[in-house]
Amino acid sequence: MAGKGRGVGAFTFNIEALGIGRGSMPEARVGPSPLYPNTDFKPVPLKVGEDEDYMLALKQEMRGAMQRLPHNIKAQSGRADVEKYTERYLKHRQMDDETWTPDWNLFPKELMPRTKKPRRKVTKNKKSGKGSSKEAADVLSKLDELEKKDDGNAEKSDDEPEKKTKNEEEEEIEEEEYEEEDLEEDNDYIESYFDNGEDFAADSDDNMDGEATY
Amino acid sequence: MTAQEIRLCGLLLQEHFGEMVEKVGTHLLRSGAQNLRTIVQETNLSVDLVKKCLCVLVQHGACCFTSGRKGPGSPTEYRACCDRILRVLRYPRYIYTAKTLYGDTGELIIEELLQRGHMTMSSTVKTVADRLTQNMEEGHSMDYSEVSSTFSKLVETHFLQRCPPVGGAGTSGSAAPAAAPAAAAAPAAAVSVAPPTPESFPECYSVPHLSLIGRGKRQLVPENGEDQRNAKRAKMDTETHGDEGIYWQVNFERFHQHFRDQAIISAVANKLDQTSSEIVRTILRMSEVTTSATAACTKPLSANEIFRSLPASYNIPRHILDQYLTLLVDDPMEFVGKTGESGGGMFVVNLHRALANLARATIESIVQERFGSRSARIFRLLLRKRHLEQKQVEDFAMIPAKEAKDMLYTLLSHNLVQLQEIPKTPDFAPSRTFYLYTVNQLPTARMLLQNCYKTVANLIERRLFETKENKRLLEKSQRIEAILASLQASGAEPEQLSEVEEMISAPEKQQLDVLKLHVNKLDSAENQVDETVFVLESYVSSTSTS
Repeated sequence: MAGKGRGVGAFTFNIEALGIGRGSMPEARVGPSPLYPNTDFKPVPLKVGEDEDYMLALKQEMRGAMQRLPHNIKAQSGRADVEKYTERYLKHRQMDDETWTPDWNLFPKELMPRTKKPRRKVTKNKKSGKGSSKEAADVLSKLDELEKKDDGNAEKSDDEPEKKTKNEEEEEIEEEEYEEEDLEEDNDYIESYFDNGEDFAADSDDNMDGEATY
Repeated sequence: MTAQEIRLCGLLLQEHFGEMVEKVGTHLLRSGAQNLRTIVQETNLSVDLVKKCLCVLVQHGACCFTSGRKGPGSPTEYRACCDRILRVLRYPRYIYTAKTLYGDTGELIIEELLQRGHMTMSSTVKTVADRLTQNMEEGHSMDYSEVSSTFSKLVETHFLQRCPPVGGAGTSGSAAPAAAPAAAAAPAAAVSVAPPTPESFPECYSVPHLSLIGRGKRQLVPENGEDQRNAKRAKMDTETHGDEGIYWQVNFERFHQHFRDQAIISAVANKLDQTSSEIVRTILRMSEVTTSATAACTKPLSANEIFRSLPASYNIPRHILDQYLTLLVDDPMEFVGKTGESGGGMFVVNLHRALANLARATIESIVQERFGSRSARIFRLLLRKRHLEQKQVEDFAMIPAKEAKDMLYTLLSHNLVQLQEIPKTPDFAPSRTFYLYTVNQLPTARMLLQNCYKTVANLIERRLFETKENKRLLEKSQRIEAILASLQASGAEPEQLSEVEEMISAPEKQQLDVLKLHVNKLDSAENQVDETVFVLESYVSSTSTS
């Protein structure tokens, strides 16, 4: 601070000792370095030859091939209403195999798609186990009572088992429906009803979360 | 995982596996090991999609899973491997090497395995035979046995290896070979055990006995209706060939060893002459399977053995061979060393030292091309003399003081040269401190390696940008090509063809040519930067193991 005003360029030590004179300092920087600085030395040109050309061709082919494989997961784009004229002529329809199923022996079991649902129901049934039939009977009787009473405000405890069984039934129904749709061809009705396959998983997730909070 | 590496991995995943896999992959790279639920929450993708992406990543070896850290009951954790994803950049080089060593069959085998991650031997053989048959003339087809024999050769020379069977990861270890339970049987310790390498399994390189007889099938161009039928038929075609559950993957380490050997041989050929490079090639060939991947030198070989194993075309007498060997040992590059006198002299190839020298040459050439030959002279001087004062640099390099100062400061600002302070007094007073310039090879190599990754990422982004800019034009040209092809197939007259060709105007054609030139240049540049990446990576990893 004492140096300010009196000699801004003054150093705190004897500059001669370092072997540099005052005049030979590099220029002070005025701001960040430019984004694309001028280079004095241009880069060396690329190697050209048969090997390089072959590897270039290999690289481009491999990129194209891997983009066509089922490993390449494309974002779910909304299907266009009218199939574009171009798509009829572009020959990218030849997919190798639409669905690829990995060998589950090498993969963790939790990555298996959708077979989780019946298994979960099985375990749930097993959990509720021996009392399941009794519970179901209880629930049904309670439902009958409620219907007779014509009670709009069902108790929460009644709601719980009600919802559970209803959801299970819904899941069953949904699953059956979904399996049917899998085999049918896509048509607009199904498209708009189930936006994409992920809705099913989203529904089940909501269910799981709903149960957890209770 | 540096920022540059993650950026490059993201771009590679996006190009080859799609955006969804890229999202999941970069998330895993950034956050380390995570379980499925956390991934789903943090990436905001649906569970099914995340599962599919993880399957793709595991299939290609880019992601490994282990049982959770909190003990055997916790959910499996997934971890992405940055190195493995960066290998994708080198795929063309692997395929080309396989072609030079094993011909078209080998090339296609490696290509199939790289594209699919891992496959059984039977499915690989079938697919490759079909592809080869496709390219052969009418009436000829490729026999499965030929492809199988090439496959076996690849396994014998360790270019292919079996995928390690999954012993742990949540399921109770059952049919894993003897080595696995040793690794998986330490569950009580809450530390995650490093996954066993494929080589720790005894059966890594044994080819299973297959009952695979047949020839490749030529695929007819199917109409849309037939497509579905063929697909259904393929699904029902489940013959078993006796190798279910045995999956093969490409052994990248072996390819890297091969590249390293090639680099050493060509360096010797450049520095000395062809015969010396042949001698070094012989030594390396004889030590291929006896040297481990991380060894510092090859196993010692006597001059007698080398003499016997020289290729028949090189008829050099014994004393000439001895002279060449002496020359190689005395060369300052230190590629070959002498470890004993028995058997006419025991010789080794110093692998780590050779890699260090190759890396040094690469770094020196980078400095030369960036900053000029005089700066390179200063740089080389500092590499050899370790620490020098300002005055000494000027004297030894024979460069006038002012220019030497400028160059040193430029190198310093680019972090290629460091300043080391040696105080005479404990208060570090500048007038009483020595300031020495120095270059450290290893940190410099790491820094330049990161620069290379950044370069490749920039090249990829530029290429994507160029293709996006001209997307409309590219689609138009693709459409016209497709129309042309279909017209030609249905036998049209030349006037129709020329009419269709004229749909693209001349300036558009020119634009397309320019675009193609740019894209090819960028792609080729990526391949060649990868060669530098390989040298620097090998050097860095060799120092970490020694």
